[in-house]
Amino acid sequence: MKPVAFEYHRPASVAEAVQLLADLEDAKVLAGGQSLVPLMNFRMAAPAHLVDISGLAELRTITVDAEAVTIGAAVTHSELLDHAEATATIPLLGEAEGLIAHEVIRNRGTVCGSLAHADPSGELTAVLALLDGSVEAVSTGGTRSIPAAELFVGPLMSSLEENELVVSARFPRPPAGTVTAFREVARRHGDYAVCGVAVRAEVDGAGALGATKAAFISVASTPVVLDLSAAVAGRAPSGVDRGDLYDRVTAQLDPSSDIHATADYRRHLAGVLVGDALHDALAGAATNGSPR
Amino acid sequence: MTTEPTHEVTLEINGRPTTIQVPARRLLSDALRVELGLTGTHVGCEHGVCGCCTVLVDDLPMRSCLMFAVAAEGRSIRTVEGLAAADGTLHPVQEAFRQCHGLQCGFCTPGFLMTATALIERHPEPTDEQVTEAIAGNLCRCTGYQNITAAVHKAAELAAGETPVEIPTAEARS
Repeated sequence: MKPVAFEYHRPASVAEAVQLLADLEDAKVLAGGQSLVPLMNFRMAAPAHLVDISGLAELRTITVDAEAVTIGAAVTHSELLDHAEATATIPLLGEAEGLIAHEVIRNRGTVCGSLAHADPSGELTAVLALLDGSVEAVSTGGTRSIPAAELFVGPLMSSLEENELVVSARFPRPPAGTVTAFREVARRHGDYAVCGVAVRAEVDGAGALGATKAAFISVASTPVVLDLSAAVAGRAPSGVDRGDLYDRVTAQLDPSSDIHATADYRRHLAGVLVGDALHDALAGAATNGSPR
Repeated sequence: MTTEPTHEVTLEINGRPTTIQVPARRLLSDALRVELGLTGTHVGCEHGVCGCCTVLVDDLPMRSCLMFAVAAEGRSIRTVEGLAAADGTLHPVQEAFRQCHGLQCGFCTPGFLMTATALIERHPEPTDEQVTEAIAGNLCRCTGYQNITAAVHKAAELAAGETPVEIPTAEARS
């Protein structure tokens, strides 16, 4: 099908964009459009106005500093993947990006767009939640930072106001000694994950595990973060009890069934993948010598 | 019925500066086919899954059905019509698909050709994994993919035998 008629706006600045969002009734932000345009083609979304921010140079920035990697709202997935400093600083970003759809989609879809879209199977929602990241939202009323825990409120629902524009996403750098990994299962390469999990674990100088968390996608209406420290803290990587991890994780998740997978299968995948991801994270640390 | 307002969009199509007049909702895929008569770009699923409508936007493969023509202002678009030389000599990718029998009904082929073109421009000697990864976003219901992967490797070989093409760097593109 074809989209319903709408009015197209191409602001020349963020200030102009937020003014448009304030003035226009029923306006949506268009960045890469890789989630929005399919919805419009199916007429599941029919905004009266689109405000195209994809050409704004001020939003096309990736900043790496001592605290975080901050990604502007016009940066595409491919641009982040190609940014060696950003992906070396937070390897989990590169790993998650590689799992997002196909290169053809990543060439146009944006990092901030996928966060604002708040798809519960979106890989970056888990990364933002796991790293205690946030997005910066601007409106004519001012600027606010929305932490991941408050951003995602339901399937394709975020706490962003209609007149707010996400201008950047901030992924804080985990403390030194943190290892990470992302694992997921999809029916076909590039499909939505049936279940996915990102893990982070702190490893001390003696090789013992400390604070450990996992963030799951496609198991609830928003990404779910579980603290697994009690199960693994103080143990050496070889002493991690995967059966215990499986039991703890599956007991805390309540996914739903759909045409792609039953609730039980998703729960089972979460239990298995969390062990795989933690194993990968710890193995990567061993290979790299100096875990981040 | 009131007439829908239109936008004037200036873009480059296969190296030629072009201006079109389109309503905001016109997808790039439809603009290519309807306004420009370039029906080589096929429209399959119209939600970004099948890959038939893949074109190169500033040398990167993108789904033309997930892009509004109006948002292509100032961009350089390459379609399957731009592959063969003016005298009809096939592009190495086209020649390879012909030699390897990388197509049957041909509906998905323009998307595969553009995806493969972008791949070998970026990776002149692609690995099996890079080939599989690149074409994973294109659906073919006929071939079973084996001949397509063979064709992409063949295309890289044929292209390597030609005068090297200068590939723009990521910095130059952005």
